[in-house]
Amino acid sequence: MQEIKREVLVAKASELLGNGTVDRVIGWKNGEFDYDVTPAVFTSAEELEKEFVWNDFCGANFSKYLIKETGKSEGKVMVFLKPCDTYSFNQLLTEHRFDREKVYVVGVPCNGMLDDSKVRACSEGIASVSEENGKVAVETLYDGKLTFERNDMLAERCINCKSKKHTAYDELLGEDGEVLDSARFDEVEKLEKMTPDERFAFWQNELSRCIRCNACRNICPACSCEKCVFDNPDSGVENKAVADSFEEKMFHIIRAFHVAGRCTDCGECSRVCPQNIPLHLLNRKFIKDINEFYGEYQAGAEAGSRAPIVDYTTEDIEPSEAVERGGDNA
Amino acid sequence: MQRIGVFVCHCGTNIAGTIDVKAVAEALKNEPGVVFSTDYQYMCSQAGQDIIKDAIAEHKLTGIVVCSCSPRMHEATFRKTAAAAGLNSYMVEIANIREQCSWVHKEIPIGTEKAIILGKAAVAKVNLNTPLTPGESPVTKRALVIGGGIAGIQTALDIADAGFPVDIVETKPTIGGKMAQLDKTFPTLDCAACILTPKMVEVAQHENIRIFSYSEVSEIKGFVGNFDVTIKRRARYVKEDICTGCGACTEKCPQKKVPNEFNLGMDTRRAIYIPFAQAVPKVATIDADYCTMLKTGKCGVCSKVCTAGAIDYQAKDEFIEEKYGAIVAATGFNPISMDKFDEFAYSQSKDVITSLEFERLTNAAGPTAGKLLRPSDGEHPHTIVFVQCVGSRCDACAEKGKEYCSKICCMYTAKHAMLTRDKYPDTDVYVFYIDVRTPGKNFDEFYRRAVEEYGVHYIKGMVGKVSPEGNKLKVQASDLIAGKQLHIDADLVVLAAAIEPDKSARPLATMLTASMDTNDFFTEAHPKLRPVESPTAGVFLSGTCQGPKDIPETVSQAGAAASKVIGLLAKDKLTGNPCVAHSDENMCNGCSTCEKVCPYGAITYQDKEFRMPDRTTKIRRIAVVNEAVCQGCGCCTVACMSGAMDLKGFMNKQIMAEVDAICK
Amino acid sequence: MQVNEYKPLIVAFCCNWCSYAGADLAGNNRLNYPAEVKIIRVPCSCRVNPMFILRAFQRGADGVILCGCHPGDCHYTSGNYFTRRRMALLFSMLDFLGIERERTRVEWVSAAEGAKFAATMNDFVEKVVALGENKRLEDLRCKK
Repeated sequence: MQEIKREVLVAKASELLGNGTVDRVIGWKNGEFDYDVTPAVFTSAEELEKEFVWNDFCGANFSKYLIKETGKSEGKVMVFLKPCDTYSFNQLLTEHRFDREKVYVVGVPCNGMLDDSKVRACSEGIASVSEENGKVAVETLYDGKLTFERNDMLAERCINCKSKKHTAYDELLGEDGEVLDSARFDEVEKLEKMTPDERFAFWQNELSRCIRCNACRNICPACSCEKCVFDNPDSGVENKAVADSFEEKMFHIIRAFHVAGRCTDCGECSRVCPQNIPLHLLNRKFIKDINEFYGEYQAGAEAGSRAPIVDYTTEDIEPSEAVERGGDNA
Repeated sequence: MQRIGVFVCHCGTNIAGTIDVKAVAEALKNEPGVVFSTDYQYMCSQAGQDIIKDAIAEHKLTGIVVCSCSPRMHEATFRKTAAAAGLNSYMVEIANIREQCSWVHKEIPIGTEKAIILGKAAVAKVNLNTPLTPGESPVTKRALVIGGGIAGIQTALDIADAGFPVDIVETKPTIGGKMAQLDKTFPTLDCAACILTPKMVEVAQHENIRIFSYSEVSEIKGFVGNFDVTIKRRARYVKEDICTGCGACTEKCPQKKVPNEFNLGMDTRRAIYIPFAQAVPKVATIDADYCTMLKTGKCGVCSKVCTAGAIDYQAKDEFIEEKYGAIVAATGFNPISMDKFDEFAYSQSKDVITSLEFERLTNAAGPTAGKLLRPSDGEHPHTIVFVQCVGSRCDACAEKGKEYCSKICCMYTAKHAMLTRDKYPDTDVYVFYIDVRTPGKNFDEFYRRAVEEYGVHYIKGMVGKVSPEGNKLKVQASDLIAGKQLHIDADLVVLAAAIEPDKSARPLATMLTASMDTNDFFTEAHPKLRPVESPTAGVFLSGTCQGPKDIPETVSQAGAAASKVIGLLAKDKLTGNPCVAHSDENMCNGCSTCEKVCPYGAITYQDKEFRMPDRTTKIRRIAVVNEAVCQGCGCCTVACMSGAMDLKGFMNKQIMAEVDAICK
Repeated sequence: MQVNEYKPLIVAFCCNWCSYAGADLAGNNRLNYPAEVKIIRVPCSCRVNPMFILRAFQRGADGVILCGCHPGDCHYTSGNYFTRRRMALLFSMLDFLGIERERTRVEWVSAAEGAKFAATMNDFVEKVVALGENKRLEDLRCKK
């Protein structure tokens, strides 16, 4: 259950459209089912009133949409950003990917979003999903009404929420929160403590499921290249088809490497993965290493910051030490 | 498809002794693109080169692979050979089968097998080579020297003597720098002014030199050979070309209480002033912070006494723009602030002074006309304690001071001690030191004279505390050799303050995109082999802005920097290295990541209009590499996520092809 | 030296100014190291893209070693500092995926260190031989 009400969001968006501050609004609307809420562009109060959705499935991070959307007209575009989305927003600003002047950011507080795959995993034939007394109520075709604890249905990234604080906005609805002390590296640490063989087996199992649909790449706010290196014939690594186990590994290692120092840990990659591969663990490994080797760094905490991977000191640790520390820091 | 020729060199038995060269030539015949393959005893000989030239003509070769010694040895030779036969020099690749194969592997089958693989990798690369042409850019034959101390003066004179125009930009009203403030110079004890002022005059009179004093550089654009510089000429309220330097105004000015920075505030000057008698240019300057006329509009005395009519209260800062081919940084140094060194009571007692203040006290043109008198009461000091390494060689983690050795303090302290004992034999002189460092011609002899002939008390150990008591300074120190604590009642304490780069150096480095170390000293292009060049092409380093130096070293470095500038300005055109980075604008995101890792500031961004498939246009930010500035390290290519940035001559797909050929 | 049946495939990326010259010096001084080491010349160690390294493994390399100027001595002043950060992160990631640590290495070799170059290669090959063939990072499809 989100604390802030849908009406407040609709009223704000309608107001900004009405007074000409913006000419478009990026928001959420319903998909085929209650749980597949999808991003949409609204241009009128009527549309908003009719189709705008704000519920526990509004997980989509809109930052990346601004690259294309700001290029479409001279007018301003309004966007709703949850706290974790604002980190991506700042990171994209750092990389000059859109004109800040053409965006009006309305910050919305977030109580955590549900993971639709968790809901679907324990209920078959979902007719509707709603909120009842702080619990998730699922109306199903076969088993009638099922209720679940909200916490059990939360997305992993929300269980380990890193921040309830907006790092950028023009206007804020509701109260702003704080940066949280999350346990987001626990899973990474657990893997680090395994033997290399166990780690290999873990990743082989996970990555072998990859079907190279590119959903992770397409949703990722850091993966916003005009043309991906894997689609670039001059890169020597152009490949699109599924080939063999390692092809996927190479893709995912390079993808994680390319977003290292830029990834805000928004978790969209894992959210959209149809194969449920925990891709965020690769990103978190880089984030954890960067923090440990070069000092705490949170991409997107402020616009214009310099990522450790494009910086150096003369006293940095050697790669051999890094491997020792990264692996054995139990 | 390329038409590639392969040429396998025997190098006498150097290669042929461990490698079956015929087998290598034979094996490479079957590689894609190869249309000709042969071997010869000495490919680098005239006869060998003729084989290559003939084959290029006969087989219409578009690329060649020479399997021979290291490319560091003969790549240039074979590139010339190719060019002579009408083939682009960059269509040549070398497979290093001598240093990295025949010389390190002993068995023929093993060596031969590896040589074939190295040859295949070279062929794979040449298949993807494209002809490259080095870019050319013109050279503006004018140099800019930033800083008018002895370093800048010497550099400017040397460049000007070679016939090139030079501009000196100096922030102070006069050139001369720190050396003008010194009394005598070690180890010869000749007077600083006597050797410096003639050079200052020479600069003023040189037809190729312009001095912009009381000025600063406000903007630098461009690159080697083609810098566009904006110089801010601060308003001095005196017309430089009219002022005769007679000094009448500086005598009549009623504002007498301005701290005299030339004497480090130990006496005062007027609001209109000439820093010292031999100043160049010798023109007066009005200090706007103190001038009553400028502040309240009521006074105008200087204007009345100036018979030349040089005073101009309406003057404004002026900006001039000039083009330069080379820029020399000569921004010099300052002693560090003594604020954090309370243990020496610098802020509590006037009689605790820095060494530079001591210079002024002993200088005939200084506040005491050269008599060594205590600043507090004008009495002659009988016991003087010199403290070395104040702020030098500090702990890395210490909150104050510098980690490095300031280099000049040991010698000038020996000089001060010696001169004091020479002029005032009744004075007891103590020097506390960590080590005495005297490497330099006649330096150690000089220091030993201070100890042995002049009876200066050198004590190994540091001063722990100085406390003023009455008209004495109680000095507590340790004598490490005798292993005891010392208490000395001193009349004067002189601190050998560490030196640090001038504060203007950091913003200048940013403008120049020149790199600096953590202490704000400019970094040289190579610490041993290119000590007077900055890694940024066309930027040179002179004097202490690069690191602590004494005068002889500064002057020799200044001359070296000048010779590098002359070498650059003597060229009409600069030929670049064609193996530079290039960004594919269709793939570039304009994210600025590459710019952050470029050590040369060679990457800039521009907004460009792109036509879209649906006939609309879209403006995107894209990276543009300045090929004249790029040195071709390739750091940006890895920083670039999309692979838009690539390095000519070492393209992603070329290196990938080499990897594939080796791993086949 | 006893030649084993198993011969590893080692790719060595060497920067033009220091390490490649160091390798040449090893040759000048006739300092032996295994022929399995194949050197690819790059202008600077910072030119080495992680993709090159992964590609080598994908195509069957058993070990990849990167050699550059000593930190502080880079011909391009700062290239190897970036290399150091990039490779620290990349190698740590490979380790995280369960790839044997001994298959990757960064070594600083100056133009004067011919002996160090040879010794480094001997040691690296020995370590890789002990691990045996690289299976984990190999793409079987690409092997003919």
